[in-house]
Amino acid sequence: MCLAIPGQVVELFADQPTAALIDVVGVRRKVDLGLLQDDLPVKGDWVLIHVGFAMSKISEEDAIDQMRTLRMLGEAEAAMQEVEGYGLEDTRNTKAS
Amino acid sequence: MKFVDEFRDPEVITKTSEEIRRLAHPNRHYRIMEVCGGHTHAIYRFGLKDLLPSNIELIHGPGCPVCVLPMGRIDDGLSIAQQPDVIFAAFGDMMRVPGTQGSPLEHKARGMDVRIVYSPSDALKLARTNPDKHVMFFAIGFETTAPSTALTLGRAKTQGIHNFSVFCNHVTIIPAIRAILDSPDMRIDAFIGPGHVSTVIGCRPYEWIAKNENKPVAVSGFEPLDILQSIVMVLRQLKADEARIENQYKRVVPWEGNRAALRAMADVFELRPYFEWRGLGFISQSALRIRESYAEWDAEQRFHIPGVRVTDPKAAQCGEVLKGVLKPHQCKLFSKECTPEHPIGALMVSSEGSCAAYFNYEHRKTAMVTSIASVA
Repeated sequence: MCLAIPGQVVELFADQPTAALIDVVGVRRKVDLGLLQDDLPVKGDWVLIHVGFAMSKISEEDAIDQMRTLRMLGEAEAAMQEVEGYGLEDTRNTKAS
Repeated sequence: MKFVDEFRDPEVITKTSEEIRRLAHPNRHYRIMEVCGGHTHAIYRFGLKDLLPSNIELIHGPGCPVCVLPMGRIDDGLSIAQQPDVIFAAFGDMMRVPGTQGSPLEHKARGMDVRIVYSPSDALKLARTNPDKHVMFFAIGFETTAPSTALTLGRAKTQGIHNFSVFCNHVTIIPAIRAILDSPDMRIDAFIGPGHVSTVIGCRPYEWIAKNENKPVAVSGFEPLDILQSIVMVLRQLKADEARIENQYKRVVPWEGNRAALRAMADVFELRPYFEWRGLGFISQSALRIRESYAEWDAEQRFHIPGVRVTDPKAAQCGEVLKGVLKPHQCKLFSKECTPEHPIGALMVSSEGSCAAYFNYEHRKTAMVTSIASVA
């Protein structure tokens, strides 16, 4: 739970300044930017995501490092499941109801 | 050193490991606590203990939010969800944590409306899409997750979503470190500070540990090399008889933390006078509660809470393991009654819990070492 997931900002929404579409190894989900409001990321920036909120901006190199760390920790699959579950869009998730 | 070849830069790892051996005085025993459960997981997963001399002992700290939550709070949360038309929403980590009448997942099997969410904002979304139900989000976590809960509560208020509440179990890391340092059976020489908690709180809150307690702290990343470098940092300080805060994880952790996140927390939360931690007992000002201005969204103010207090199963020694007095395998129930498949204590539930980490990796490692030895 204290491990953050790296992702890249691929789209910003004009009508929602505190949200962005983030790509995490091909999976795209809307992520909250509220915690970065003092220094909002722009398209192409990399961020660390934690429970659906971008927590900090990082470099691309660090993003790659972080993904490798998650893989080495055996946590990459759980991380991807988390990302897929953002927005309750995962069928496994809604099925659970 | 079986895992070295798997590391990104085995040469640097080996050099750092040698540096640790050079710095550690052979006649001294070092007790270094890694505060964060993510570090505990990494230390076991990467077999880092094998890269350290035997007189460096890593003590696993209280930084696994699921593990430090007393069973009574789980019962309290589930009792709210037993009321009609309430949806119990929580992170996946919470689902298998046992309460006295079973885990949230077991309650689900008995008919309770229990949903896994991956973000507090998705719990709020559930409330929006289920207007005839009340969604209670069971919030846990240190300062890494608390700001997200805070922003979600802020949104519930501004968007006027009234069928949503938070059962707040957020805790803060500094008082737990203080409790450990105050504990008479604990002797810690230095700390490896949490990585992602520090992205929020920064490095300043640790300064008293160096100033008042004369203990070095290195805020660390999660890669094997990060953790080894942090050990080098604190050993260098110990050798020079210094104590200060070093930031090994500069690439992610700003010294001042994340001000927007701290503002969000301050807006919504205030410190509880005291809170119970599993294994550590009651610690003053160690947890967050929801401010009066958000009372409508506070499950504790909105619902009757039984305030259950449950003592842990007598045979389970979670408390001693949490404080680092016992190693996981020294608990009487370890790998017998208590396993990751059938956890008795919370330390066996979360992958960040030291018992689960020890169970998942130490056994396998023993098997691997034996097979490598037989090949050689």
